[in-house]
Amino acid sequence: MATLTKASRRDFLKIAGTSVGGLVIGFSWYSCDSPKMEVLSTDEILAQAKTFNSYLAISPTGDVVIYSPNPELGQNIKTSFPMVVAEELEADWEKVRVVQANLDTEKYDRQLTGGSGAMPHSWERLRKAGATAKYVLVAAAAKTWNVDASEVTVEKGIISHKGSGKSGHFGEFVAEAATMTAPEEVTLKDKKDFKIIGTAVKNVDAKEMYTGKPMYGLDFYREGMLHAMIQRAPFGMKIKSVDDSEARGVSGVKDVVTFGTSVAVVGTSTWPLMKAKKLLRIDYEPDGDVESTADHDRIFAELMANGKGDVKRKDGDFASAIKGAAQVIAAEYQCPFVAHSPMEPENFFAHVQGDKVELIGPTQTPDRARQATAQLLGIPPENITVEITRLGGGFGRRLRADYVEEAVEVSRAMNAPVKVTWSREDELTGGAYRPAVRYRFEAGLDASGKMIAYKLKGVGMNAGNCTRENNFPSGAVENVLIESIEHKSSITTNAWRAPITNFLAYAEQSFLDEVALAAGKDPVQFRLDLLEQAKNSPVGGELGYDVDRMINVVKAAAEKSNWGKNPNVKQGFSVYYSHRSYVAQVADIEMESGSPVLKKVTAVTDCGMVVNPTGANHQVRGGIVDGMGHAMYGNLTFENGVPKQKNFDSYRLIRMKEVPEIDTHFLDSGFDPTGLGEPALPPTGGAIANAIFSATGRRLRSQPFIEQKEFSDIKLEIRRA
Amino acid sequence: MANFNLKINGKSQSVDVEDDTPLLWVLRDHLGLVGTKFSCGIAQCGACTVHINGNATFSCMTPISSVGNSEVVTIEGLSESGDHPVQKAWAEVDVAQCGYCQAGQIMTAAALLKNNPNPSMDEIDNAMNRNICRCGTYHKIREAVALAAKSN
Repeated sequence: MATLTKASRRDFLKIAGTSVGGLVIGFSWYSCDSPKMEVLSTDEILAQAKTFNSYLAISPTGDVVIYSPNPELGQNIKTSFPMVVAEELEADWEKVRVVQANLDTEKYDRQLTGGSGAMPHSWERLRKAGATAKYVLVAAAAKTWNVDASEVTVEKGIISHKGSGKSGHFGEFVAEAATMTAPEEVTLKDKKDFKIIGTAVKNVDAKEMYTGKPMYGLDFYREGMLHAMIQRAPFGMKIKSVDDSEARGVSGVKDVVTFGTSVAVVGTSTWPLMKAKKLLRIDYEPDGDVESTADHDRIFAELMANGKGDVKRKDGDFASAIKGAAQVIAAEYQCPFVAHSPMEPENFFAHVQGDKVELIGPTQTPDRARQATAQLLGIPPENITVEITRLGGGFGRRLRADYVEEAVEVSRAMNAPVKVTWSREDELTGGAYRPAVRYRFEAGLDASGKMIAYKLKGVGMNAGNCTRENNFPSGAVENVLIESIEHKSSITTNAWRAPITNFLAYAEQSFLDEVALAAGKDPVQFRLDLLEQAKNSPVGGELGYDVDRMINVVKAAAEKSNWGKNPNVKQGFSVYYSHRSYVAQVADIEMESGSPVLKKVTAVTDCGMVVNPTGANHQVRGGIVDGMGHAMYGNLTFENGVPKQKNFDSYRLIRMKEVPEIDTHFLDSGFDPTGLGEPALPPTGGAIANAIFSATGRRLRSQPFIEQKEFSDIKLEIRRA
Repeated sequence: MANFNLKINGKSQSVDVEDDTPLLWVLRDHLGLVGTKFSCGIAQCGACTVHINGNATFSCMTPISSVGNSEVVTIEGLSESGDHPVQKAWAEVDVAQCGYCQAGQIMTAAALLKNNPNPSMDEIDNAMNRNICRCGTYHKIREAVALAAKSN
């Protein structure tokens, strides 16, 4: 259905470019066999382009520049956002250039990367940006030709009028169109007519990435810029004294600056600072709880046994129901702290000049970087500019502005432009991890094997609400009790790709497998039975998930994976709803020489309409590889407030040889696109653990899998079949 | 500080740095060749991979004093127009997510194919196992190396 929508004023500020740039001879990348052709640089296009709205400028040459406001960290937003604008504009994708927009809260809303929310938030406004520009271009052409606009058509950047035989490219009508007022309401295309959306458009930054062009924050250099590296205090400690005499003696070190619990070495290049940092002699003293992993285990046990949880959901009467149950199943699951480990370590450039600040670097939340800087310096946010570079991964780490504030602190102290660079050791020891969490589940079955009571109690370290109380199986069970307890730890935590659900889904889907087997039911049928209950007579109040959409991915995953059909393949099932999308997964394990080997994961996703199949596959496969790697290996343990794992030699990440086949499928549910940066990760750990149980009879209730006592005597492997 | 005369991407370059400075930081901080990436600094992830005399080498653990007259090739010098078969395959397969590790992946793959133009899937896996991709683009990397081998 075509829809009529209102354009938002915020998105359609009018700014017009005027000056005209010259032609230059360029080349078309990867068309090197064809004769070189004339290509304008993006700057040259912009110099003569007319700006139609916050997202779009078009030059008299017919070249189209589309601004992508949200930070790009690998989720492919810098390619998929412009695809949506170009679709409604009816642009020729070959004539589209994409520019990363800087922070601009006047022009853009929700200019951040987090929560897999960019596409669902911006879908309609991107479409309107393209459609309103097309509207005025058509009106301009109709006026020029003195024909009825309703008879004018647009295809691949060419505007045509069949009756008169006239046609011309966008550029010919830009000057006239720019004088017209964009309509308040505009008709959007019918989805069945999409030509760009739904196609495998290639990454717009491919050339720069594959030829080594500067594009990440760490690649930013400026004449006169100083470098800084920082030694941060152990968690729960503060500085007692600093002896920086040896560090200052390193050639290339200009100064040592102490602020808060941090000591920065500052110099003219990076390597001397890496050496100097190791020569700092800093005495610390406790400033709160100085915790070790043994303390966390004790705190988990105490709070699980005696802590009073915040009740997050209560349906029926769990206590009575469990007393009357024919069978009771209970189990505890635990996950460790893990780091985000983006390949590009944290870094930021800051130049504080009086009450003005220039910020450049990788951030998922440019506005938070600006607000934090404004607060730190006591200056108005308008005095701060933020240029967003490409991000070498994020995984939630760059939602925080701690490393931005560090750059601001050092720039202020040195009265110079400064880039702060974290080492990998800084990244692993410098905090803001995925929180460690322990869950206790209890389920009661009646005599027929139906789950009549379900309780989840979660204890998290700085995890906030560590449950998702309105998710499945809520709504499907008569008596539900869900409680959460938070321990305030000195160890800093932060959102980590699919916050909370990245582990909760594994624990819950593993436990439901335990319950299904105790009930003597097939794990897929067990879930479908529960979902039927939630559909036909939902229990309790609000449900976070759409029951039909979950049923559909469960059924499709069972079908696509040949669930239960091959006796030589041991399978595990998992399904999870997060960030508005539904993903069901089946892990296939084969036994080789007595060891379980994970050979394949089948995934069925309902994320509404797929904007770019390459990007969608990337996110699903990447999420599964991420979930698999961290479930198998991820573990950050502490001794006296300091992580023991300090680099990739002791903190293991998944590698090429460990990656099995991943078979991805997408259901066309007819919904608008929803989030995909995170939802494929949560189900993975559960699917694998359930398959391992099916193959070995050994139930993994903690991560990382390879460190569990269940696999102290046999090898656990994942690899390509 | 000492003066080092280097051969990088076919050009002579001179830098004045401490002799323990890793090649990685000479490239990035002193020569403006930032395509070679810093990530772990201890030869565990491969983001800093360059070619030294044709061999894939971790530049983060290569002191500049050990480079001597060796031919160093970085991602910027792998091809003149970005049209090395590995780069073309990377574009065709659309490998990258965040892209940060990909220059190192491409350099490892290019060195593999130079020494072994027709690698088996196992040989591809073994060679590429030294490079970490945190986004998990391993399937695409495998596909792109195989495509580059085929089209070479």
